[in-house]
Amino acid sequence: MSSVTAPTGELAANRLNIRPGRIIAWTLLFIGGLIMVSPLLFMFSTSLKTAGQVYDLRLIPAAPTLDNYIKVLSDGRFMRWFLNSTFIALAVTVSNVFFDSLVGYTLAKFEFKGRYFIFLAILSTLMIPTEMLVIPWYLMSSQLGWLDSYWGIMFPGMMTAFGTFLMKQFFEGVPNDFLEAARVDGLNEFTIWWKIAMPMVVPAISALAIFTFLGNWTAFFWPLIVTTSKELYTLPVGLSSFAVEQSIQWEMIMTGAALATIPTLLVFLALQRYIVRGVMLAGLKG
Amino acid sequence: MASDTITEGAARGRLWDRFSISTKRVIWAWTFLALPILFYAGIRFYPTLQAFWLSMTDWDLLRPANFIGLANYQKMFADPVFWKVFQNTFLYLLIGTPVSLIVSFLIAYYLDRVRFMHGLIRALYFLPFLTTAAAMGWVWRWFYQPLPIGVINSILSSIGLEQQPFLRSTTQALPTILVPAIWAGLGFQIIIFMAGLRAIPSTFYEAARIDGLGDWAILRKITIPLLKPTTVFIVVFSSIGFLRIFDQVYNMTTNDPGGPLNATKPLVLMIYQTAFSSYQMGYAAAQTVVLFTILLCVSLLQLWVLREKK
Repeated sequence: MSSVTAPTGELAANRLNIRPGRIIAWTLLFIGGLIMVSPLLFMFSTSLKTAGQVYDLRLIPAAPTLDNYIKVLSDGRFMRWFLNSTFIALAVTVSNVFFDSLVGYTLAKFEFKGRYFIFLAILSTLMIPTEMLVIPWYLMSSQLGWLDSYWGIMFPGMMTAFGTFLMKQFFEGVPNDFLEAARVDGLNEFTIWWKIAMPMVVPAISALAIFTFLGNWTAFFWPLIVTTSKELYTLPVGLSSFAVEQSIQWEMIMTGAALATIPTLLVFLALQRYIVRGVMLAGLKG
Repeated sequence: MASDTITEGAARGRLWDRFSISTKRVIWAWTFLALPILFYAGIRFYPTLQAFWLSMTDWDLLRPANFIGLANYQKMFADPVFWKVFQNTFLYLLIGTPVSLIVSFLIAYYLDRVRFMHGLIRALYFLPFLTTAAAMGWVWRWFYQPLPIGVINSILSSIGLEQQPFLRSTTQALPTILVPAIWAGLGFQIIIFMAGLRAIPSTFYEAARIDGLGDWAILRKITIPLLKPTTVFIVVFSSIGFLRIFDQVYNMTTNDPGGPLNATKPLVLMIYQTAFSSYQMGYAAAQTVVLFTILLCVSLLQLWVLREKK
């Protein structure tokens, strides 16, 4: 990925002439960018205001206060939803990194009858929308006692065809010589996968991990269906019920929305490079 | 090759030693695949078949399901609400996809040439992609409130324009809800477009400049044709997203989900309400089959477009 090379269009005209068109384009892009983040700015700004100041639409509050945050966090619900979401997203991510890689590797590097059939079968599940499966999943969960449990929220996403496909693409680029050398050294196939092949596809693994985590962290539809007790809500579902409860107290709703947004923003600031590269990888290979 | 079993074999069972190397590898492969095969069979394929079957039953969670043939489909196609929802779903698609495609391409095209504060500007556009749709639905809902609360109406009135009803209007509500949906997906599409732009070899551009082509001609004759795979990917990806819109609609219309007067209700919200508010599971399953069919057509269309001219 050539994310550091110069933009292609510039190569020929790589001189220091600053044309007015450039400046206009830059300014428009910058203003557009500010408009893009303005909902987030207004959200944070309002979360720092008192109920009486909500009507004052200045971005920088006259007297910023953390009272709303203290109020929202004091009953422990948001903390609980935050931990639920984190645990669920992490567990599903670990499962996907393990199984999608293992299956992708097996389909890329093993010769056996039925390999192509298995690959097509897994790939074909991409065509099935989640919405079609939720009713059978709900039936299944109620029969097996999975309703309103962590496992109930997690089980549908433990493996994905997208992740398997992505990992297969990358394992195909791993040279067989390395794997053969490990086989001659007497390593078993599981160790070869885990110790030799996996470290060679780290960029793909990080892309897969980031996507799976984000997708599950922000997931709304299935957690909304499968959970009924508030202690088991994920952060998006909890926030939605909290907002309905607050009715027109917009400063409280914005505080809740901010609490749901801050973790992903922090993750983004820490991992920006990997996330952008991951999106590019997924877009080009997927 | 047979000698490498000497060291390894000592620790293993006798049966294992009798297999040839290639047989062993086949056994390993199926061992690795065992659990995933169970998963895909039990949690993807079986439920898919079950959804088709349930769509032909009157299952309501309480009594066991009875086979009623195509009655659910007849009911659905005779239901004016279904056709309203069907129309809404396609409006989300037909407005959302072209608008987000054009806007994201324009931004990517110019952002690709910008080097001053490139990373910062890219981050500004990308940030909304990482937000939670449920949370942002509420932020945007606040934006659209009437005076004196709503941000947008305050801005409109401060520049002397009339206040707009937005979410309260049967005609404005749907595009109003589309804005946050487009907004959230834009960053992703911009990054994909930029990756596509950078994958075009610079020699093409150099050759075009030597031939004396201007920016506009280069865009039309080189950039856009060579970006076709990227464009198709984005069109399909965002089409599927708009056809499955739910989080924004649900959170922006909680007082009357899909309202006013079903003006914003997409298919997924109708499915949700049929299944989990009225517990007409069989009828809801029939609606999911319709959604499945629509999405399948979109995917097949993609394959067809990509295969036609290669």
